[in-house]
Amino acid sequence: MKPVLVSVLALTLPLTACSVVGERSDDSGQPAGAGGGTVVLVTHESFTLPKQVVRQFEEESGYDLETRAAGDAGTLTTKLVLTRDNPTGDVAFGVDNTFASRAVDEGVFAEHGVDLPAGAEDYTLEGEAADVLAPVDNGNVCVNIDKTWFEREDLAPPETLADLADGEYEGLFVTPSALSSSPGLAFLLATIAAYGEDWPGYWQELVDNDTLVLDGWEDAYFGEFTQGSEKGTRPIVLSYDSSPAFTIADDGTSTTSALLDTCFQQVEYAGVLEGAENPEGARALIEFLLSETVQRELPTSMFVFPVRDGVALPPAWAKHAEQPESPYRLDPAEIAANRDAWLEQWRDIVTR
Amino acid sequence: MLSLRDLSVAYDGHRVVDEVRLDLPDGEVLAVLGPSGCGKSTLLRAIAGLEVLASGSVAWDGADQVDVPTHKRGFALMFQDGQLFPHLTVGRNVGYALRLRRVPDTAVRVEELLEMVGLGGYADRLPASLSGGERQRVALARSLAVDPRLLLLDEPLSALDKGLRERLAGELREILRTAGTTTLMVTHDHEEAFTVADRLAVMRSGAVVQQGPIDQVWRAPADPETALFLGYARVLVDDAAAVLLAAAGRDPAPAVAIRRSALTVAETGPLTGIVRSSRITPEQVRLEVDVDRLGVVDAVSPLDRHPGPGQQVALVVDQTRLAALGRGGAS
Amino acid sequence: MIRHPGRRLSRLAALSLLPVAALGVFFVLPVLGMLAQGFWPEGEFDPGGVLEVLARPRVHRVLWFTVWSAAAGTAISVLLGLPAAHVLYRLHLPFRRGVRAALLVPFVLPTVVVGVAFRQLLGTSGPLGFLALDQTAVAIVAGLVFFNVAVVIRVVGTAWESLDPRPAQAAATLGASPWQVFRSVTLPALRPAIVSAASVVFLFCATAFGIVLTLGGVRYATVETEIYLLTTTVFDLQGAAALSVLQLAVVVALLAITQRLRAVPDPTVERPRPTAHRPTRADLPSVLVTLLLLVFVATPVLTLAAGSLRADGAWSLDNYRALGTSGEQQALLVPVSDALVTSLRTAVDATWISLTMGLLVAMIVTRRSLTRAERRLRGALDGFFMLPLGVSAVTLGFGFLITLDQPPLDLRDSPLLVPIAQALVALPLVVRTIVPVLAGVDDRQRQAAASLGATPLRALLTVDLPAVWKPLLAAGGFAFAVSLGEFGATSFLARDEHPTLPVVIYQLLGHPGELNYGMALAGSVVLAGATAVVVLAVDRLRVPSVGAF
Repeated sequence: MKPVLVSVLALTLPLTACSVVGERSDDSGQPAGAGGGTVVLVTHESFTLPKQVVRQFEEESGYDLETRAAGDAGTLTTKLVLTRDNPTGDVAFGVDNTFASRAVDEGVFAEHGVDLPAGAEDYTLEGEAADVLAPVDNGNVCVNIDKTWFEREDLAPPETLADLADGEYEGLFVTPSALSSSPGLAFLLATIAAYGEDWPGYWQELVDNDTLVLDGWEDAYFGEFTQGSEKGTRPIVLSYDSSPAFTIADDGTSTTSALLDTCFQQVEYAGVLEGAENPEGARALIEFLLSETVQRELPTSMFVFPVRDGVALPPAWAKHAEQPESPYRLDPAEIAANRDAWLEQWRDIVTR
Repeated sequence: MLSLRDLSVAYDGHRVVDEVRLDLPDGEVLAVLGPSGCGKSTLLRAIAGLEVLASGSVAWDGADQVDVPTHKRGFALMFQDGQLFPHLTVGRNVGYALRLRRVPDTAVRVEELLEMVGLGGYADRLPASLSGGERQRVALARSLAVDPRLLLLDEPLSALDKGLRERLAGELREILRTAGTTTLMVTHDHEEAFTVADRLAVMRSGAVVQQGPIDQVWRAPADPETALFLGYARVLVDDAAAVLLAAAGRDPAPAVAIRRSALTVAETGPLTGIVRSSRITPEQVRLEVDVDRLGVVDAVSPLDRHPGPGQQVALVVDQTRLAALGRGGAS
Repeated sequence: MIRHPGRRLSRLAALSLLPVAALGVFFVLPVLGMLAQGFWPEGEFDPGGVLEVLARPRVHRVLWFTVWSAAAGTAISVLLGLPAAHVLYRLHLPFRRGVRAALLVPFVLPTVVVGVAFRQLLGTSGPLGFLALDQTAVAIVAGLVFFNVAVVIRVVGTAWESLDPRPAQAAATLGASPWQVFRSVTLPALRPAIVSAASVVFLFCATAFGIVLTLGGVRYATVETEIYLLTTTVFDLQGAAALSVLQLAVVVALLAITQRLRAVPDPTVERPRPTAHRPTRADLPSVLVTLLLLVFVATPVLTLAAGSLRADGAWSLDNYRALGTSGEQQALLVPVSDALVTSLRTAVDATWISLTMGLLVAMIVTRRSLTRAERRLRGALDGFFMLPLGVSAVTLGFGFLITLDQPPLDLRDSPLLVPIAQALVALPLVVRTIVPVLAGVDDRQRQAAASLGATPLRALLTVDLPAVWKPLLAAGGFAFAVSLGEFGATSFLARDEHPTLPVVIYQLLGHPGELNYGMALAGSVVLAGATAVVVLAVDRLRVPSVGAF
């Protein structure tokens, strides 16, 4: 038996040596624990903040910030619920109003006790959820149009949800699936908010009007939208209220615009995790996320609008990214209660 | 000295080697002879430590080897088809065991070994470029390289054609004599066994049915089946045996094994019969003769005498070419 | 060597300790953890809920689609892959090494990018639009073939390369036509390799995620996409557990079947020196099929490569220049170049982990069994190590979080988790590539070495290593590509400070802006190029000392 063990070791050891190289350089990138301890932030993969902003937080608060970002908002919520007895961090950011109910109902969050800045209270949830989830950013999922296409075709662009079902715009609209895409789900919720119980009829009209439903927002925007790809064929796409700020032509105007009567509001929240090892640090981070420093960074880093009043937007945003006055909203509890049934119904309509 | 005691090997509960007892003194060559499927190769592999024993022991100079792994036994096994390492040159194949023992400067010794097997100058060739006989010689040289305590040969010549086999058998004997290597060889070919070995063990259905110095076994097979396997052409029993033994001037026995050339056509003789068929070979004429009270038996006659079918002939018996047998279990 | 069979079994157990323990911790435990969530919904054992899910007609539809689309994808991959394996591994053609390496490129391409490229071809305005295949099951199957045909070519080609040509020549002299030779001699000899490749491809197809969503749109769902939906969007853990159990059942059934099909009376193979020959007229059909296949694989790749060279409606290298930066308006914190380094580093780790484990597993399952019990045990182990391929990345990813969270297994935040997860995905490929070759080594070679005084390790180096060296390199290239392209588990586990290149590409794709999309395409091309270069280098690796053991 001995020679076998030796042979196993002999095979493994030289190989381990290779990986140690990889590991060592991996570790060197991580901050060593120092001073006031570490705050661990659990978030989704879209979360990014510039290095100097993170450094500012670490210097001001005395905590080291460790970020664990993976998956989308749905994945994040599932992760938080599954690990509620032994959380993987101290604070979570990125649960949005479509997923909030579930996390709150499962007791994932503790009261944060942070004073919200002016403007933020417009976005708070109702009931118990208001005390555990602090709104950090907001954005709207809106139908976008290619203005140049409509000018070229000499066609009046659509303005409302109802227009999308109009025969004039047949075969022009592309949207991501509500099943696999978070903006796709938001658009479904917008139509439910707009049409109430009649929404299946509206969707039937959309389908009859040759609406293309694709898997993800990337597929729709970069694959089919006329301003997203040279080979795109559809001038109407589901995207965000901020999207026009990314399609600036040489003359300084945006080639696209968002239809502000078709929007559904998405708000992202942060909260202290129940059972956190460092609740103080978690609170400090939420306060920092609500500070002017971070709020000002939100558009450029995460493509969302700040919740805090009086924060200056980047010039392109100020000029081209217009926010709707009264976007569609739905009660998170209602979403949680009906999501499953709605999705099933929706799938039956679009797949026939 | 190799001693096997009650050695058994079983596959899925079926015994393929059954309580074998064997002794092989140092420096001797033992041939284990048996038909294919009799378990002789399994016995060889068990001695090498390549089979799990169901019971029994393998000992060298009284020291039990059962728990000694193959590579520490010092028993070199040469396979029927050589099993040369195809990616190594002839020289590196032969020097393999030397390198394992970190013997310095193996080239000289390798060349010596190759000379011994008649393949001097072959060191840089690859096995794929050799003929079957050459490959077997390389395999032999490889096995002998480190003077193994015991050399195990598994049908070493059976993959070769007849002429080559006869020539190599003689050479093998010379090489083993010169090297003084204790050798156990298994084979199904009794001529090969006679050419190479000093001692013989006959194996059947997993058991050793007879063993001893080669001429002793040869002269007195234990039973009819053994006799037939040792190259005796026929076994006569009861009345026929008595008639033949009487004709040979020997004591009566329940059975007698006769070689093809035991009966020779002569002017006069104690037996007479009618020729059934005759065939000329380069050395003699081979006959089948229907002899009264014996039945059809083989006989030979010199080339200058060529009796045809239907002719009556007289036969004399060469008593060195027959063996009186006990009744034997198998007949 | 050993008196009692029991001691042999304990030696077998000792040898398999490391891989079995690794698989137990990083696969069995997490999957059981997630299944438990479904079977014990509120801490109470309630299997009824799970069974109820299995009775839903929708589940039956999803299962049926999964099985038939995977079967179709596998069958077509094998049909197209066989001639290509012949051409690329048996014929003496220029650039065949380069083509072999390039064929692994689809493995690492992000599915979204490939999906967009496919749709540009198949969509109503595309050159193949008249076929009306966009958003159909045919498009999904085509995508599955695109990603998996390389597996067949590589696994079968490696076996074919070292196949003794003499039996085929013998058949030809007996009057067999090339087709008859192929059917009666070559195909039976290749059967273990073909079945191996097909089983791996089937598992890849059956658990394909992105490609089904991207090419099938909302109309088609597979067990894998359904588990994702149920777990992350609908939070129906009972439903997810039910589907996971279903997935496992299908996989186990498949493995049982393939094990039977793979078994041959005598796996031993003579291994003469490789003999690539110049193409003859008889090779024409397979050369033609290979060319068609290459066009099929190359078109989407070239489409996206061309796209990466477009900026502001003109040809330019701007997208590549931008790779060193962080994207339009700082879409990324890490430049693409850094992410590539992280990817390569992770891939090195994943490769050695899967090669070490794969080699051990292959050794364990190919050694001669002396008893029926031993044979069964080795067979079971063989199947066990294929399982990670057949289980949803979502199930595994969440399983990591809820089971590896307590000392001594507090590993959920370990940086090694990503390469380990990738190695688990690559492991079956490695095992399936090496096993046929190791099984083909005549056991008497090892015995000859042992009887000359070689220790088991030495015998391994003398006999097994030279035989397994090239397949091991082939498997290494495989594992490397799998790791580079792996997105499912990686996106779940990747740490923010060190994202891998596929994760970064998806980040770029997540934001509007022409430059971001262009950079994503350019990043994909870089990833593809890096993969091809590394695989080519690995394939060419020669260690001259191998012959000296």
